[in-house]
Amino acid sequence: MMYKRDPELIREVLGKKVQFILGDMACVYGGLLAGCSFFGGYPITPASEVAEGMARRLPRVKGTYIQMEDEIGSIAAVIGAAWGGAKSMTATSGPGFSLMMENYGFAVMTETPCVIVNVQRTGPSTGQPTLGAQGDMMQARWGTHGDFEALALAPSTVQECMDFTVEAFNLAEKYRNPACVMTDGEMGHLRERVVIPDEKDLKIVNRVTATIDKKKFIPFTNSQTRKNCKVPDFPTFGTGYHTYVTGLTHNEKGFPATDKQPDHEKLVKRITSKITDDLDKLTMVEKINLDDAKTVFVTYGATARPAESAMEMARAKGKKVGMLRLKMVWPFPYKEIEKLAEKVDKIIVPEMNLGQIVHPVREYSWGNCKVVSAPKIGGEMHLPNELYKYLEGK
Amino acid sequence: MPGVENAEKLNKKYLREKMWPTIFCNGCGHGVVLDYTFWALEELGWNMDKVVFASGIGCSSRLPGYINADGLHTTHGRAIAFATGIKAANPELNIVVFTGDGDCSGIGGNHLIHAARRNIDITVIMINNFTYGMTGGQLAPTAPLGSIATTAPYGNIEHPFNICELVKALGANYVARWPVSHPYQPMKSVKEALDKKGFSLVEFLAPCPTAYGRRNKLGDIKKHWKWYDDNTILIEEYEKIMNYGTEEEKEKSRNKIQIGVFQDIQKSGFFEEYEKLVERLQVKHGTGDKK
Amino acid sequence: MIEIKDDWCKGCGICIERCPVNALEESDKLNKKGIHPARLKEKNECNFCRLCELICPDFAITVIPDKEAKKNKKKILLSPAGGRNK
Repeated sequence: MMYKRDPELIREVLGKKVQFILGDMACVYGGLLAGCSFFGGYPITPASEVAEGMARRLPRVKGTYIQMEDEIGSIAAVIGAAWGGAKSMTATSGPGFSLMMENYGFAVMTETPCVIVNVQRTGPSTGQPTLGAQGDMMQARWGTHGDFEALALAPSTVQECMDFTVEAFNLAEKYRNPACVMTDGEMGHLRERVVIPDEKDLKIVNRVTATIDKKKFIPFTNSQTRKNCKVPDFPTFGTGYHTYVTGLTHNEKGFPATDKQPDHEKLVKRITSKITDDLDKLTMVEKINLDDAKTVFVTYGATARPAESAMEMARAKGKKVGMLRLKMVWPFPYKEIEKLAEKVDKIIVPEMNLGQIVHPVREYSWGNCKVVSAPKIGGEMHLPNELYKYLEGK
Repeated sequence: MPGVENAEKLNKKYLREKMWPTIFCNGCGHGVVLDYTFWALEELGWNMDKVVFASGIGCSSRLPGYINADGLHTTHGRAIAFATGIKAANPELNIVVFTGDGDCSGIGGNHLIHAARRNIDITVIMINNFTYGMTGGQLAPTAPLGSIATTAPYGNIEHPFNICELVKALGANYVARWPVSHPYQPMKSVKEALDKKGFSLVEFLAPCPTAYGRRNKLGDIKKHWKWYDDNTILIEEYEKIMNYGTEEEKEKSRNKIQIGVFQDIQKSGFFEEYEKLVERLQVKHGTGDKK
Repeated sequence: MIEIKDDWCKGCGICIERCPVNALEESDKLNKKGIHPARLKEKNECNFCRLCELICPDFAITVIPDKEAKKNKKKILLSPAGGRNK
């Protein structure tokens, strides 16, 4: 029973074109639309609904759902399934995300495409399971040990939960790197209207599998079929390439090279530059009222919503306020921040944490403008009034 | 043996010769397990393009690197979870997991338990050398009572883990344990385990003269290998003695490690049941005939 | 005829110890790693039972049966631990 993506069957299972659904469920819809055929999950508030949605719908599109014994097993099975040829994903929250870190690094090192949905909740530790936060943003970038580049998207609406999950799959398949969808408890448990795109409006990217002569194929080097592409062609297990995949530092043929400095440097630099080389293509931001703005909110995820309201309140009173919303938070769109800092006087970064993304914002402003953190923790979203106060101060 | 008749031809077909000689120590039992596995594969006649070897971390987990087939060398203790995913994506692949005693029952205990319980269709070949060999000989969950390890310098006070007993209780389809010192029964057992649908576990008692033997008065390779001959007893023999033997015989046999095939049943596996579930849903929602 | 890959032999001595007819011994030459690899004795009663080939941890031994010797091959009953056939 090998999965084959059937767009008609998927839409039949998803139901009506316009629906009123939970953010978690939108992630399920996004995964199915992208062609996800394996979900390995574990219950955790507030992400359990993703697992439940998948358990109900994946068998109907002939995919496989397994409830693994823990989050470590989940991410391990997801990576194994990717090597078996499937598009795979898992969903978790803070505590599970922390458990997954070791194997996340394994996915980076072995260049395995997979998607992790992190419905963030307050931490550290067990924290407030039912309330949202944005406290894992730095963990998404630096969570696992060693040097690596991260791909992380932050949806601000339930429609984006769906669209960004599809985008996460596309990114993972294109760059052969794990991709995270960083929603939070607020988005996950919010119900909003979504419109399921038609097949012709949907962009799906699939991994490029290895097809060349088995004797000539080299698994861990630049693509042998695409020019100037650092992403190797993917030798799915069972297609006769006899690839050895290991998390140890390896040479181009995949065999351990743990005592060779040049091999490690070459490998890790190729893996990281897959993403850093493409920064311009990987910049996804939304610019609102930036042309004449003197004060700008730099936001992402759920906090973009109250920030937008605060901005409109300010504009109604004649203040020149704008907003830069980061849709893709990692890799960090530093060029946008550099340009912005030269034009404005003040940047405010509202976050549902004690200040995480404010740090790269401050770094890349190069002192050209003031950067203020607007933190709020405890599971409540910022109110537009609270953010408006930041506009009055210096 | 049909097809390949000797080791030379076996090497050419199954081994990555450029990686040889191995990193294993002089007198280590791991190479022998690989040998038995190759002969079992040869007898089964499997297409090596469709076999995937997964492993965790440790000496045992280096084995897939020497095999001319797809291999996935994963993180410590998680090989079984990775194998579950590979099988889920492509149920036509045959998955063999090489793991060690610490990798499988220590850090990987949870994954072992659930894969066996779910009866996932993989074969786990677990090489038990009573120690964490790769890192220098620390205490392992399977270490005999009183044995010395680098992290148990005064003798082990913990009771050893009987992994086969656990997996048997979970209802795995095939459970067996063999020492490496005699070829024919382990080879036959590995063949049975590989051929079997559902979860199969073959435990191999392998000597580790460097990390375990040296600290436990078994440093001489020949003496270490002989220890397995003297301290193991076939399960059938054991049961016979326990039922009909003299007290003296019972006393002698009680402390020996039991070997043999402990369980050989045929329960339906996870993926078989899952396929049935998918078909039921297609029929229920009437989507099956829209092709 | 027994072929031994000298550079693969690690000198563990298990083949020498376990041969049922004591047909193997340590040779005088040294391989790349400074080990004396095993070799067939000059006078030996090797009956091609293949135990050495199966048990070598390094795949270093290949047994090639001599065609003439097959006729007067002495059959030795190997009894591995136990010996019950299923």
